Amino acid sequence: MASFEYAPAPESRSIVDIKPSYGLFVDGEFVDGRGTSFKTINPATEETLAEVAEASEADVDLAVRAARRAFRGWSRMSGKERAKYLFRIARIIQERGRELAVLESIDNGKPIKESRDVDVPVVAAHFFYYAGWADKLSYAGLGPSPQPLGVAGQVIPWNFPLLMLAWKVAPALACGNTVVLKPAETTPLTALLFAEICQQADLPPGVVNIVTGAGGTGQAVVSHPDVDKVAFTGSTDVGKAIARAVAGSSKKVTLELGGKAANVVFDDAPIDQAVEGIVGGIFFNQGHVCCAGSRLLVQESVADEVLSRLKRRMGTLRVGDPLDKNTDIGAINSSEQLARIRELSDIGESEGAERWAPACELPSSGFWFPPTVFTGVTQAHRIAREEVFGPVLSVLTFRTPAEAIEKANNTPYGLSAGVWTEKGSRILHMASQLRAGVVWANTFNKFDPASPFGGYKESGYGREGGRQGLAAYLKEAEA
Amino acid sequence: MPTTAPADPAPGLAAYSEVTASDASLRRFLHGLPGVDQVGAEARAAGLGTRSIKTTAKAWALDLAIRMVDLTTLEGQDTPGKVRALASKALRPDPADPTCPSVAAVCVYGDLVGEVKSIVGSQVNVAAVATAFPSGRASMDVKLADTRDAVANGADEIDMVIDRGAFLAGRYLQVFDEIVATREACARPNGSHAHLKVIFETGELQTYDNVRRASWLAMLAGADFIKTSTGKVQPAATLPVTLVMLEAVRDFREATGVQIGVKPAGGIRTAKDAIKYLVMVNEIAGDDWLDPDWFRFGASTLLNDLLMQRTKMTTGRYSGPDYFTLD
Repeated sequence: MASFEYAPAPESRSIVDIKPSYGLFVDGEFVDGRGTSFKTINPATEETLAEVAEASEADVDLAVRAARRAFRGWSRMSGKERAKYLFRIARIIQERGRELAVLESIDNGKPIKESRDVDVPVVAAHFFYYAGWADKLSYAGLGPSPQPLGVAGQVIPWNFPLLMLAWKVAPALACGNTVVLKPAETTPLTALLFAEICQQADLPPGVVNIVTGAGGTGQAVVSHPDVDKVAFTGSTDVGKAIARAVAGSSKKVTLELGGKAANVVFDDAPIDQAVEGIVGGIFFNQGHVCCAGSRLLVQESVADEVLSRLKRRMGTLRVGDPLDKNTDIGAINSSEQLARIRELSDIGESEGAERWAPACELPSSGFWFPPTVFTGVTQAHRIAREEVFGPVLSVLTFRTPAEAIEKANNTPYGLSAGVWTEKGSRILHMASQLRAGVVWANTFNKFDPASPFGGYKESGYGREGGRQGLAAYLKEAEA
Repeated sequence: MPTTAPADPAPGLAAYSEVTASDASLRRFLHGLPGVDQVGAEARAAGLGTRSIKTTAKAWALDLAIRMVDLTTLEGQDTPGKVRALASKALRPDPADPTCPSVAAVCVYGDLVGEVKSIVGSQVNVAAVATAFPSGRASMDVKLADTRDAVANGADEIDMVIDRGAFLAGRYLQVFDEIVATREACARPNGSHAHLKVIFETGELQTYDNVRRASWLAMLAGADFIKTSTGKVQPAATLPVTLVMLEAVRDFREATGVQIGVKPAGGIRTAKDAIKYLVMVNEIAGDDWLDPDWFRFGASTLLNDLLMQRTKMTTGRYSGPDYFTLD
């Protein structure tokens, strides 16, 4: 009998109209940038999608001035009125959900299945959630009359372009701040589509400004003297540079940085679901997830069984065209990132860890890396310590719960962790001992606007999401 | 009294003889199986349900699904006329299209086996429900007589129900013994035996942990197939329940070398649903199970939707229900 070959089921890209070139979104209008424009490409095909303007320091200054002017009206507007705009944006995101999902997959390389079923719904949920808070700030336990900070300079990464935008923009606007946001240079398109959505929602000019560009533009945003709040999600190195740049100023800062999350599987875990959780933890979004479960800590007594099931499961993952609805793993976002993943994987091998990947045919153009697992890894291996930010899992073992906690915490990072066990008391014990901002129990990579997210140690500080996420955009508020 | 040893243990099964030696050891074993996390299992089943099966893959899947159907009627009002009509349909599901395959089997009550057999001969299997279907509430002697009667009438396959009361009360060995005894009752004078499908009525077992335990219990006792439901209790077959059973047969083959079939029954009405099940079979158990010998749909109304979709694939348009036979 022939095996079940799934014929290609591509999502149509005709729903998206990609312009040949894009300007900056400043004061409610699209304007030209003064820097050298750059190209954004489809990482699955290396095809150029559009020319995007680069914002110079002067452009950023204009954007910040526009945000400052808009702040006067926006911050004095009643919470109820601000909520109306946010609800409107949330509804438009839902209405244009397919368009946003397709564009996100084209520009980022992530599978349409994820942009359609995860990114866009969670983005809309964030706007709905914070719209609901806008008129209830005095009841959030953050003081009797919480006041916005002013202009927020926000810099977001390329792994979840639209979702990170929502995490930053929705709470800022709900609290009465205005924003200047810089999307990553490899994934600016959905932010620019979001700018159109702001126009469609009749958002007052200047409340949201979007400046595109690379590191220099980001630096101009965070170091602008009239920016009151800096919010950054990205690598730990850049986060440290930002912290240094704003040190001594009155700017308030939140940083969401790297991670090397431990996913701890005990011998009494629901094994099949744990295997799913391991797969979702590290291969979701090609592993381009700061809270990815990249260190699997599995109890020695079940290590062989878990690994053999994991490898069998990895054999069913479908790698390929991000717009195919059956694709599980899409393209790596850029050639630089692919090089980094290859480098760290090669180091893993040279350090003596055993590398395994299922047989899978990768497309000839574009940036691709197969789902990969390293076994025989110890705490002393670089692949167990450094963030790979790709579909690469390191497997370590432990013998006792105490050892699991020690190993899980033995990392410079502390963004997330996972615990798999059928024993409720052990879940609670582990959750209280693991130094990580989020601890998932019998699940992984679940996001909800109501639950705060943020890190320990080199994974950054401050929280996004939930009531705590409001505090980051209010004066003298503590979460 | 029935024996506690499997009827004809395969070499891989012998390792489990200790497990089934006593109620206590059987309970220890079944409760030692890895748990099933409900949220995770349901999420996985839902995720597989989003696979998009189009064009050639869809055409292939539709034909396979037709070949896997156990065309079923299990009503008190069933008559020889009714089951003869069903049997004719089983042979030629789409009289307008000779390329349309026959279904796997016709499933009826034991007393109507002869009627079906007279139509289908050996071209399509005849399955009979037995052991006081659907409740399973009768003495063992009655259940075994029910089984022998159906086998004597010529049934190729026996669909037995387990005693859910005994299972939920934790009397696992009793359930085990009943399956072993029923399997023995499936023996024919010539030494062959009717294929035994064991129905769990998962809607009554309620938890996925129970479904996994019942699966292992039945497989250790010598079931040829494990089946979700009678169709008389809601919920009947669901994707997550079938997922857990597919994991069980996959793990069982890995442990013993013995391959067991899976049959979801009840509530599967559309071709779209059937394809979701096939995707799950493919990705959970593997393509060895993509065969009517190892996977079946217990259904009565599913077939017409499969036929309708099949015609749509070949002609490019939908025809109305009147273009397909009632039964």
